[in-house]
Amino acid sequence: MKVIVDQDKCVSSGQCVLNAGELFDQRDDDGVVVLLIDSPPSDQTENARKAAAACPALAIDIEE
Amino acid sequence: MSDTLTGTTTEVPDYPMDRDARCPFAPPPQVLEMGEAKPLSRVRIWDGSTPWLITGHAVARELFADPRVSVDDRIDGFPHWNEHMLSTVHKRPRSVFTSDAEEHTRFRRMLSKPFTFKRVEGLRSAIQEVTDECIDAILAGPQPADIVTKLALPVPTRVISEMLGVPYEDHEFFQHHANVGLARYATAEDGQKGAMSLAQYLINLVETKMADPSEDAVSDLAERVNAGEISVKEAAQLGTGLLIAGHETTANMIGIGVLALLENPEQAALLRDSDDPKFIANAAEELMRYLSIIQNGQRRVAIEDIEIGGETIRAGEGIILDLAPANWDAAAYPKPDQLDLTRDAGQQLGFGYGRHQCVGQQLARAELQIVFHTLLKRIPTLRLAVPLDEVPFKHDRLAYGVYELPVTW
Repeated sequence: MKVIVDQDKCVSSGQCVLNAGELFDQRDDDGVVVLLIDSPPSDQTENARKAAAACPALAIDIEE
Repeated sequence: MSDTLTGTTTEVPDYPMDRDARCPFAPPPQVLEMGEAKPLSRVRIWDGSTPWLITGHAVARELFADPRVSVDDRIDGFPHWNEHMLSTVHKRPRSVFTSDAEEHTRFRRMLSKPFTFKRVEGLRSAIQEVTDECIDAILAGPQPADIVTKLALPVPTRVISEMLGVPYEDHEFFQHHANVGLARYATAEDGQKGAMSLAQYLINLVETKMADPSEDAVSDLAERVNAGEISVKEAAQLGTGLLIAGHETTANMIGIGVLALLENPEQAALLRDSDDPKFIANAAEELMRYLSIIQNGQRRVAIEDIEIGGETIRAGEGIILDLAPANWDAAAYPKPDQLDLTRDAGQQLGFGYGRHQCVGQQLARAELQIVFHTLLKRIPTLRLAVPLDEVPFKHDRLAYGVYELPVTW
C-alpha cells in the first residue's frame, strides 16, 4: 500500500491523526497534514483506509 | 419552471418542518418520509424559493465534498436561513463560513492552530478538571439541579474562553448574544442587534490584543491584522465564529445528550461501565449521529449542473444538506431510530463533511467524551426530575437542544 497526501486540499480537520496517528501528523502552525509513513506496515493499512475515508477534503489517496 | 407546468407547485412541502413532540430526539417525521422515498427532493423555504433538500447519507457526503457546491451566500439562488441572513449578506465580511476554494483555505488555516488533534489531546486534563469542578458544584448544591447552566454551558464556555483569550467574566454577555444570533426565524431587525454588539465586542478585543498580545487564538488573529493579512473586521468575524460555535453548539449537544442517555438507561450503563477510550469515543459519535443538533440544514448553492441520485441540480439552484435525516438514513445506519452505542458511528455527519466540516470538531469530541463519561461515573443515580414532556426543547434555534434539564440523584 502507498499513501499520498495533497497538502493544498487539506483543511486541517485532524481526522487523519484521529484514525491513524502513527501514519499522519499535523503542522503545528496551521494543522495541515504531514505524512509520516508513506508505505504503512500491514497492521496499519486498515487505519490508513479509515483515515482516507474520514478525510473531509479528500486529501488522502491510497494506492493498494 | 417545470413545477408550475406540471401543476405540482402546491405539493412542494415547506421547510423547515416541525418535529413530533412525542419523539423529541427524532428528525421531523415528514423529513424522514421524504428521505425514505428519495435522497433529495424539492422544498419551499421562507422566501418562496424551492431549493433541493438532501436527506440521504451518501448523497450528502458526496455533495459536501463536491467543489461545484458553493457556500458563497452572495450568489443568486443561495437558500438563506432567514430574512436576517439575506438582509446582511453584503454587510458581513467574508469568513470561513461563506468563502470557497483558496479564500476559504486561507481563512481556515488561520483558525486551525488551536484545534489540531494533538493540541486538543493536550487539553484533556484541563477539560477533565473543569468538568470535575462543575460536577463537584452540582453535588454540593440543591436538588433538582439544571444540567444546562451547571454543566453543559460552563464546560465548553470556560474551555473556549481560555483558548481564545476572551475573559470568562464576560460569559453572560456573549452567551446571551450567541443565543440571539442563532434564532432560527430571526427577522432582519432582531438578528441585527445581537450580531452588532457581539461583533463590536470582538473588534475591541482584537484591538486590545493587537497592542498587547498573549498566548491565545484571538492574539494569533490580531497578529495577522498587524501583519496586514486580514482586516480588524475579518479577524473579529472569525473570532465571533469560534466563540459562538465553540460553546453554544457543544453546550446544546451536552444538554440533549445527557437527556438521551437518561432516556436510554441500558445504553448509559454501557458507557458508565466502560473504560475503553475507543468505546467512549464511539459513544460520543453515536450520540452525535442520533441527535444531529444542527437542525436548519447546511446551506449551499450549485455553481454548475450536478447529476446526483437520479436528479439534476442546476447551476444557481439552492441546496440544503439536512444532517439529521442523513444521519438517520437506514442504508447507512440500520435501525437509525435506536441509540446504539455499540454500532460503528464513524462517518456520522453531525460535524458536516467536506472542506467546511467543523473546525473545532476535535475539541468538541474531547469535551463530549469527557463530560458524558465523567457525569455517568460520578453521579450513577442521575435521573430526570420532571416528566420528559415538560422538558423545554429548542425548536426555535438553529442548534437544537434543551433550554433546561432539571435532574436529581
